[in-house]
Amino acid sequence: MNTFYFIAFLSIFFSILVITAKNPVHSILYLILTFFTFTIHYILLNAQFLAIVNFIVYMGAILVLFLYTLMLMNLNKGSEQPKSNLIKFAAVIGGGCFLITIVAALKAFGASNPVILKDPSLGLVKNLGKVLFNEYLLPFEISSVLLLSAMVGAVLLATKDTKTAA
Amino acid sequence: MELADIIVKFILVVIIFAISLVIAMYSTYAERKIAAFFQDRIGPNRAGPWGLLQPLADGGKMFLKEEIIPTNASSFLFIVGPSLAIMTACIGSAVIPWGQKLTIGSHVIDLQVADINVGILYVFGVVSLGVYGVMIGGWASNNKYSLLGAVRAASQNISYEISMGLSIIALLLITGTLSLRQIAEQQHSWHWNVLSQPVGFILFLICAFAETNRTPFDLPECETELVGGYHTEYSSMKLGFYLFAEYINMFISSAVMVTLYWGAYNYPFMDWMAAHIGTNGAVILGVVLMFAKIFLFIFFFMWVRWTIPRFRYDQLMDLGWKILIPIAIANIVVTGIVITLINR
Repeated sequence: MNTFYFIAFLSIFFSILVITAKNPVHSILYLILTFFTFTIHYILLNAQFLAIVNFIVYMGAILVLFLYTLMLMNLNKGSEQPKSNLIKFAAVIGGGCFLITIVAALKAFGASNPVILKDPSLGLVKNLGKVLFNEYLLPFEISSVLLLSAMVGAVLLATKDTKTAA
Repeated sequence: MELADIIVKFILVVIIFAISLVIAMYSTYAERKIAAFFQDRIGPNRAGPWGLLQPLADGGKMFLKEEIIPTNASSFLFIVGPSLAIMTACIGSAVIPWGQKLTIGSHVIDLQVADINVGILYVFGVVSLGVYGVMIGGWASNNKYSLLGAVRAASQNISYEISMGLSIIALLLITGTLSLRQIAEQQHSWHWNVLSQPVGFILFLICAFAETNRTPFDLPECETELVGGYHTEYSSMKLGFYLFAEYINMFISSAVMVTLYWGAYNYPFMDWMAAHIGTNGAVILGVVLMFAKIFLFIFFFMWVRWTIPRFRYDQLMDLGWKILIPIAIANIVVTGIVITLINR
């Protein structure tokens, strides 16, 4: 349990650094560390497959692409427009409302009981695959169609300009 | 886990680290000798007999050179880059089964540091982490050539990781497990996976060249276009770490290829050998043969480097996305159909 609190502290610490870091590239690097702590959370929950997939897909692929685009864009401090006072005011009110909602939600629920898995090997690849492809086959296939459509859309957006120019 | 087991594992880790570092050191020597042979030269021959002390002399030079951190570089990340590169290169060896179990007295020693049941995915995770060393170092240098090298490394690794993963899926359909230990055991004597998955192996081999940034895919450090690529600004041992990481990566990816496709520590007639020279003798012979296979692959990496010229960047991307990925997907489909027909 102590490991959990330590890792949870690290997750929150790094995610705060993500939004406070001045340099966008540093911010992405903190995000990578945040995702790494998530991987440790999954391992603590005995979900090995989820942990390693989180590691490969989020840390290894998606954030590399984030870093890639940020390095190419070369964001400087000067390129950022200062926000108007109205927007700052609205943001403060919005954030305050969100804080109140969270506090209220936390007060409404008591401390949750730790979940004890009936089957500790549930997170292993074999069991996960069986559950995913037997019980949840339809949602799984539908989500893959969703991803495919997103991919086709991205390709379409990327090729649009060349066609009109030619 | 008992204390004795932990001590054994610790010794094993130290031995594997030492072996990978020594192999990486002497790979630099071998590379120069092989290059010399291919170009009809003599190669390094001054330090020690046949130049055998050359890697030590190189290492000494690396340590003694002046360490330069450019004024406008981000100094912390500038150091993190090479550290991350060498660290990710070293941790990949943890899941590779180097041999069968040794029995000394009543003690059984497992020649694998960690037998986790998602072994292959762990290797992939480490490989995908490896690109951060290059990217962070290249960006932190604050040099446009370094940045271009870093960006190239990122897009190259992402592109080839996809076809690498797809080529592995066909193998997993056959083996039915993600554990490297079980995959190695399934290839007993001559049942090597390369016999059933030749296409997958060739795809994996090509992707391994791209992932280790070796010629013909060494675009991130292409000296004709980018000065030195991502390590342009580096000097002394920080440069040494980058170069060293490449050789360790070569060693680890050869070991992974041998484990997945070329029968790991298995060899024909291994049962006959075990019956005649004892179990431990056969196990040690298996380890020796595994290293022999790994050395053959390292030689192959060097052979290709001094034979095939570098790709152009768009050719690299075309090969990855338009040729390798469709072949890999077709390979998965064909393997699936064949397995279904056989099991019917």
